[in-house]
Amino acid sequence: MTKLDSRIPEGPIAEKWTKHKNNINVVNPANKRLIDVIVVGTGLAGGSASASLAEMGYNVKAFCFQDSPRRAHSIAAQGGINAAKNYQNDGDSIYRLFYDTVKGGDYRSREANVYRLAEVSANIIDQCVAQGVPFARDYGGLLDNRSFGGVLVSRTFYAKGQTGQQLLLGAYSAMSRQIGKGKIKMYNRHEMLDVVKVDGKARGIIARNLVTGEIERHSAHAVVICSGGYGNVFYLSTNAMGSNVTASWKIHKKGAYFANPCYTQIHPTCIPRSGDHQSKLTLMSESLRNDGRIWVPRKIEDVEAIRSGKLKPTQLNEEDRDYYLERRYPAFGNLVPRDVASRAAKERCDEGFGVNKTGEAVYLDFASAFMRYGKEKAMVEGIEDASQEKIRELGEGVIEAKYGNLFQMYEKIINENPYKTPMMIYPAVHYTMGGVWVDYNLMTSIPGCYALGEANFSDHGANRLGASALMQGLADGYFVLPYTIGDQLADDIRTGPISTDLPEFAEAEKSVKEGLNKLVDNKGTHSVDYFHKRLGKVMWDKVGMSRNVKGLKEAIAEIQKIRSEFWSDVMVPGGVNEMNSELEKAGRVADFLELGELFAKDALERNESCGGHFREESKTEEGEALRNDKDFAYVSAWEYTGEPKDAILHKEELEFKDIELKQRSYK
Amino acid sequence: MDLTLKIWRQKNKDDKGALKSYDIKGVSPDSSFLEMMDLLNNNLIEKGENPVAFDHDCREGICGSCSMYINGEAHGPDRLVTTCQLHMRKFKDGETIHIEPWRAKAFPVIKDLVVDRSAFDRVMSAGGFVSVNTSGNTQDANATPIAKAAADKAFDAATCIGCGACVATCKNASAMLFVSAKVSQLALLPQGQVEAQRRAIHMVEQMDHEGFGNCSNTGACEVECPKGISLENIARMNREFLSATITSES
Repeated sequence: MTKLDSRIPEGPIAEKWTKHKNNINVVNPANKRLIDVIVVGTGLAGGSASASLAEMGYNVKAFCFQDSPRRAHSIAAQGGINAAKNYQNDGDSIYRLFYDTVKGGDYRSREANVYRLAEVSANIIDQCVAQGVPFARDYGGLLDNRSFGGVLVSRTFYAKGQTGQQLLLGAYSAMSRQIGKGKIKMYNRHEMLDVVKVDGKARGIIARNLVTGEIERHSAHAVVICSGGYGNVFYLSTNAMGSNVTASWKIHKKGAYFANPCYTQIHPTCIPRSGDHQSKLTLMSESLRNDGRIWVPRKIEDVEAIRSGKLKPTQLNEEDRDYYLERRYPAFGNLVPRDVASRAAKERCDEGFGVNKTGEAVYLDFASAFMRYGKEKAMVEGIEDASQEKIRELGEGVIEAKYGNLFQMYEKIINENPYKTPMMIYPAVHYTMGGVWVDYNLMTSIPGCYALGEANFSDHGANRLGASALMQGLADGYFVLPYTIGDQLADDIRTGPISTDLPEFAEAEKSVKEGLNKLVDNKGTHSVDYFHKRLGKVMWDKVGMSRNVKGLKEAIAEIQKIRSEFWSDVMVPGGVNEMNSELEKAGRVADFLELGELFAKDALERNESCGGHFREESKTEEGEALRNDKDFAYVSAWEYTGEPKDAILHKEELEFKDIELKQRSYK
Repeated sequence: MDLTLKIWRQKNKDDKGALKSYDIKGVSPDSSFLEMMDLLNNNLIEKGENPVAFDHDCREGICGSCSMYINGEAHGPDRLVTTCQLHMRKFKDGETIHIEPWRAKAFPVIKDLVVDRSAFDRVMSAGGFVSVNTSGNTQDANATPIAKAAADKAFDAATCIGCGACVATCKNASAMLFVSAKVSQLALLPQGQVEAQRRAIHMVEQMDHEGFGNCSNTGACEVECPKGISLENIARMNREFLSATITSES
């Protein structure tokens, strides 16, 4: 069993990273040519890591299940990326970004990692601009910023509502350059189905070619997992259809500990569900909360009138509206962190104030922003005595320039014009803070196997702040792993190429093939989606925004039952040796069915509320999440031993030397 | 809604393929086009038949995976949307809908509605980047101001999702809109200007090599582009390419 050693460097927090870089092993440029690295996933973390490692001289083999590395789901990130640049002169600093992130994560992240993240954040913006990423600028030609939830400064860089797309295309461009040089060998439409360990170290993977169905062996001196999060365990989430836990789960089964699986982010501003046909949920960027005000009617009779179509939300007077976030959290208002905003929406809807037919929606209203911006615009353009209509029209134009693509997306899905009537939103699963346990070098508990970006657990604690996921993915890939991977690879300069003829490869390949055949030969009666939907419902109802002992115990039993039914009754048409999307889905759902149980088990074990993890047994008198630092200030790292129910808990105690632990307040 | 679907079925790249007819009942007008396809596939699977293969992933119009040619139009009858954002309320109850894959020599069919768009990746590898290594020491992001108008234009070009609708729509299967969007984005920014000519030449050469056709200025690509990428970009690329062939050293 590997010992849980986080390898946090000694010394003051502001010096740790610099000192660590000076002390770790480095591989010289000539020797890098002798070393192969496999990167699984090509989102912000994988794309940036692949490009940087290849630029340094390593031979990179990159894998993605999509038809091009450019399509990884980082592409869909909307709002922005944080960096401690202090361009707005509002008192931002590395320390403040560090502090906000630790506090935002409800004191359940690792201090040293978060400080490093804040430290390299400014470099990311410089790097992206150098690559040609077209961030938003003001008329002076300098970069513009906006604010996100949980902070009091403007440090978020953005490119309209398509920041993730622009950053990913930047990383993809950098990758493309290395692919052109032959330094990255790109494997599109390939899915990693197992990791291969030789003498205890990660030395390769087994991958399936999704076009031919062929099972392939690929060797390397290190394996880097950048496969994102596991929000799709809920079936409905804002993740892409293909987003999955498989790569992370396979390394977990081979010895990598899985940390804090219950930490899930339920994002407050998503388009509400409309019916059973729905395959996924769509996010409306948090940046909208800069300008939109969230409310529900104050009186229940108005709610009923709206639901039955007798009253329009625009007809309701100011005093009949309950801007509940502004009421409950005057200091942060509509910009409270995501976990707080989501629970507040649920609270109102549970009380019967939901404004759509399902009772699960609140308003996000831009009316006052239209007028505010419109007045400013009228002044700038020298329009005197502008009518209210004219002001509103001008204001709508300003909002369109800022968030046009989001408004368009909303209109396409809901079939209502959000410029004329308030948007309806409701919380949905969006991001998973938990993930593969890693040390300060981002290495998992399997030597030579790394996890980056959303796939690891380290930086966001129990709740991630907006615009921090893009920051972390790129920090890990551009500025952390390229340094830290040398520490391990310095031992491999004389190893030579790893043979794929080793018995370990043959054995892993055999078990992968058996698993696939089992799925195809099962010939049951229900489709993969049938089981996935059932799993998702259990997760949402009992392991979702609010959790309690009874529900969690039921969830564990129900998930076990669904899993056993899946294996006896799933129907996977087609064969193994062909393109077969149902077979791909079946493998992923099989892993979700195991992860889901560990998730619930972790939620049950953590008898405190923190960030996105809300245990009904642990709340303040006002109903806010109540942490228990005495008993739970640790990372839960689970070791796989055969069944999720038998997983062994290892605890990494969290030390807070630079930030005082206190009850998080946004009032 | 009840619909008749005529869908292109092709086992693999060597198969000849044919349109096959399917009836589907009880489709919600609020569902997306791909959710309608999910329903069809679920029906097929529970009958033990092979579902229709199609590319899709984010289902919010940004990854560029989905690629259906619906009733003779890339991404179907609605404007400025991808197939995943197209909703069934745009169709009529009882309608017959034809669904085909992208058709272009440079995009061979892999299976059913799935095509191989890796030619786009190879065009990108030929020059779709700024030659700058990762470094913590690049100059400060605000060191070079960029006029808002140029930055906004670069952004507009950069919103291309690489779906290939432009190629599928063009009677010549030309990739000029895709290639020019990247050439323009980088040429408009000072960071990319340095190697703008070299980039234009290399990307155009690779584009030709992949078997994409030439541009005859009909503008169909712009009409069908789900992101509204402008034809202006093609003009800008032509300008870069032309001046490069006269003056460039590489």
